[in-house]
Amino acid sequence: MSAAEEVVTEAPAVEAVPKRAMTLGYGTSLVVLAALILTPLFVKNFIIFQMTMLLIYGLAVLALNILTGGSGQFSLGQSAFYAIGAYTTAILMEHFNVNYALTLPVAGVICFAAGFLFGQPALRLSGVYLALATFALATAMPQLLKLGFFEHWTGGVQGLVVTKPDAPFGLPLSQDMWLYYFTLAITIGIYIASVNLLRSRSGRAFMAIRDNEIAASAMGVDVSLYKTLAFGVSAGITGVAGGLGAIAVQFVAPDGYTITLAISLFLGMVVGGVGWLPGSIVGSAFIIFVPNIAEGISKGLSGAVFGVLLFLVIFLVPHGARQVALIAQQLAAKLKKN
Amino acid sequence: MELFANQVLAGIATGAIYACMALAVVMIYQAIDHLNFAQGEMAMFSTFMSWQMMQWGVPYWWAFILTVILSFAGGILIERLLFKPLAKAPVLTNVAGFIALFAIVNSVAGLIWDFTIKQYPTPFGSSPFLGSQLISTHQAGMIGVTLLLLAALYFFFQFTRIGLAMRAAASLPESARLVGINTSWMIALGWGMASAIGAIAGMLIAPVVFLEPNMMGGVLIYGFASAVLGGLSSPLGAVIGGFLVGIFENLAGTYIPGVGNELKLPIALALIITVLVVKPAGLFGRPIVKRV
Amino acid sequence: MPFKLRTAVLSAAVIAFAATSGSAFAQKKYDTGASDTEIKIGNIIPYSGPASAYGAIGKTEEAYFRMINDQGGINGRKINFITYDDAYSPPKAVEQVRKLVESDEVLVVFNPLGTPSNTAIQKYLNSKKIPQLFVATGATKWNDPKNFPWTMGWQPSYQSEAHIYAKWLMKEKPDAKVAILYQNDDFGKDYLKGTKDGLGAKASSMITLEESYEVSEPSIDGHIVKIKAANPDVLLIYATPKFAAQTIKKTAELGWKPLQIVTNVSISVGSVMQPAGFENGQGVLSAAYAKDGSDPQWANDPGMKKWNEFLDKYMPGADKTDSALVYGYGAAQTLAKVLQTCGDDLTRANVMKQAASLKDFVPDTLLPGVKINTSVTDFAPVSQLQMMRFKGQKWELFGEIISGDIPTD
Repeated sequence: MSAAEEVVTEAPAVEAVPKRAMTLGYGTSLVVLAALILTPLFVKNFIIFQMTMLLIYGLAVLALNILTGGSGQFSLGQSAFYAIGAYTTAILMEHFNVNYALTLPVAGVICFAAGFLFGQPALRLSGVYLALATFALATAMPQLLKLGFFEHWTGGVQGLVVTKPDAPFGLPLSQDMWLYYFTLAITIGIYIASVNLLRSRSGRAFMAIRDNEIAASAMGVDVSLYKTLAFGVSAGITGVAGGLGAIAVQFVAPDGYTITLAISLFLGMVVGGVGWLPGSIVGSAFIIFVPNIAEGISKGLSGAVFGVLLFLVIFLVPHGARQVALIAQQLAAKLKKN
Repeated sequence: MELFANQVLAGIATGAIYACMALAVVMIYQAIDHLNFAQGEMAMFSTFMSWQMMQWGVPYWWAFILTVILSFAGGILIERLLFKPLAKAPVLTNVAGFIALFAIVNSVAGLIWDFTIKQYPTPFGSSPFLGSQLISTHQAGMIGVTLLLLAALYFFFQFTRIGLAMRAAASLPESARLVGINTSWMIALGWGMASAIGAIAGMLIAPVVFLEPNMMGGVLIYGFASAVLGGLSSPLGAVIGGFLVGIFENLAGTYIPGVGNELKLPIALALIITVLVVKPAGLFGRPIVKRV
Repeated sequence: MPFKLRTAVLSAAVIAFAATSGSAFAQKKYDTGASDTEIKIGNIIPYSGPASAYGAIGKTEEAYFRMINDQGGINGRKINFITYDDAYSPPKAVEQVRKLVESDEVLVVFNPLGTPSNTAIQKYLNSKKIPQLFVATGATKWNDPKNFPWTMGWQPSYQSEAHIYAKWLMKEKPDAKVAILYQNDDFGKDYLKGTKDGLGAKASSMITLEESYEVSEPSIDGHIVKIKAANPDVLLIYATPKFAAQTIKKTAELGWKPLQIVTNVSISVGSVMQPAGFENGQGVLSAAYAKDGSDPQWANDPGMKKWNEFLDKYMPGADKTDSALVYGYGAAQTLAKVLQTCGDDLTRANVMKQAASLKDFVPDTLLPGVKINTSVTDFAPVSQLQMMRFKGQKWELFGEIISGDIPTD
């Protein structure tokens, strides 16, 4: 091999997204919000359940978006943090009778710590190496959950059944509807906080690292701190999503948190548009509904149909839903001019 | 002590599986600078094609050669049809494309050949090798073929113009274009070669793990890990990485008390990550210097 | 809310209808999902993802009910079999089952597959009083009519099967050193527990090694080398087909000849014993409740002839070595029998009642002598097994039919 070291001008893994383009305009936000609030009143309970899952996976995709779109770090291991969050909630609810709402902050904090710690060794890794490390985390998690040592708490391979909460204060809402609005409130809270985070000083630091790490450190950004922080925040939000998921599904088991989940969340991010937070919900819709569509087209070939649909989407809009939004915006601007 | 020696030997035998796959991983990495998640599935599909030919009465070695040629062509075709249009798309979109390809190949293979396991023949026989029952003649043959492939790849990248051009196209595409290298076709060629090597790996692995649509799922994780451990830019490193992962995994399963057996994959992966933290380019990879 | 309201209106309408119509129609009673012309049956099974091999069960059942419909349906009603993919993921299972119940409005959820998925939907279905009938998993917990009166198993439980092996070992090889290779999930752990319970006080002295493997491992050769080093006389193989075949092959390659007992899940002649090599499998023991589609000894069996004709007509080209095709046929036939005995009273309560009063029912695919019996306290339909030994290219049954019923703890 040649003794010369390779010199590479590495293109950033993620394209720069201007700050303003990371959110929706006020008008659009209000329309989306109204739709999210009103739809459940007119649909069946199982659709409300699907919408709850839509929000929950949306949160998890959003968390990945903060990590990848924000700080440029790539992760295939989000299912691990989702699992930790879910188990935290399930164990607190079933073994310690903690109120479900109180378990979520605990899940968030524990996952933040786990993410922050994992971010330390991950600092030294980038690109495919980081992908492998996070991938390893995702494959290891179900095996850790099954471990005999934790079995008393986790229920081992059998998992834990979780009780679904009733609506409080005697509100005349079904369990599904209450859980939906509860999830919606949390989702909106986290969404607003995330948007503000990325607009803040820390957010600018994240993006500086994403666009050019060496330049960022030359400008005085504490690269290590912000990179691990991004991991922590992302894991924390994923943990809250996992906790909500455990309550909605009423069950946690190692089989629910395999690498397949991590890959789905990753696909959600790509389809929604990397770095574009509102796209998270579009990505989430893709990973929930497209497999159903694929199955409807052909049972025997559902995997293949899913693959073909995914190819179609990335051929038509390689930048995901963000691209669609941009095109729509340009169209709207043109119409206004005329 | 006997158990230790046995586990090392068994580890080498299993490591040969990983090493085979790791070579295919290095090949694609050299060509496109990424890991292809669908690579295991492509190898599985190639192996099924060879199995089908043998079912139709084609002799082993003819089926082998035909499959390698078909896989080479198939790899190029997939690149031209599916990934060339994505050349300008973001990296992560390409990764999503690999996942889509994975889903398609796996599902189609399941529909054509079903999910029951199938016996796959070996040209080397499965009697004990050199008196040791731990390594069969097939596994010895597999190690032999892996080393041959390694030598061929080394020669290709070091001493042929096209191999050099491919490396240049992957690591410095702009500069490569400036010196007249057709980078687009280099990538297609890389896909073809990776697919052909994957096919060979699949046909060698199938007699051990049995042929079925999900046979490569586990192998691919280990193949990635081996290649990354050895250094993605070094075929030799990938092969050594494969054997190391095989041996270490067995020893962890045997000697770490309590959790060793249940957690041998996580422990092996944790070790690899530790190695990467100390040597970010892998054991045999060249360090990369970034420009601002 | 709107849904609940509608059910209320609907059931009110049904009651009113039943009250006003004359005695001629009095016995016709329907719950959601059944009518004069149709019975809606729901099912979830993995058609995609790593467990997609089981999809063949769903396809067989779909084909079986197509055959039933071609023959005029059940008591004149067509079966509308709706099956969805849950990808072996509990959250997806919940979503799909809720879709079946709330959107497709099925009468029963039939043969959903996998212990995790079934655990995830059990509470929901029981609280809605919807039958979770003949679940496709061998966990012991499905036979629990007191706590879960709407859930019923079908196949013999993994633990009861392991009991049978333990009892046999205590009788035939009381001084054996036993090693257990098991899959590290609910399936493997149930067998492990059953074996230990069956051996009772002798468990600690007889079992010398418990070795687990993960499904994600490509090859389990390393485990076999380790087990061989402990030098046991008996190897219990609680593994899925691929790994069972690898084990049988590897032990032979190592020149090691322990007595091997393999789980009932992995006894297919065509897709386990043949790939492992017939010469390597000689003398391997197991237990069975159903016939094997690839075992030549059933070539002239009337039940299996029917099975073969069904496959040729409704699933041409299907891989007959796949034990899922035998399984799906047997389970579907049991459901057809239950629906037939329900007559015109197609309420969910009556379906459960009829399912819990099967007497000596024999589907075409069960071994001679194995019968399905249920009662209000026995929700384990198939609970008999017979031991067998592999010889030549087929399994030879021996001993008597053993009932493996064990109570839920």
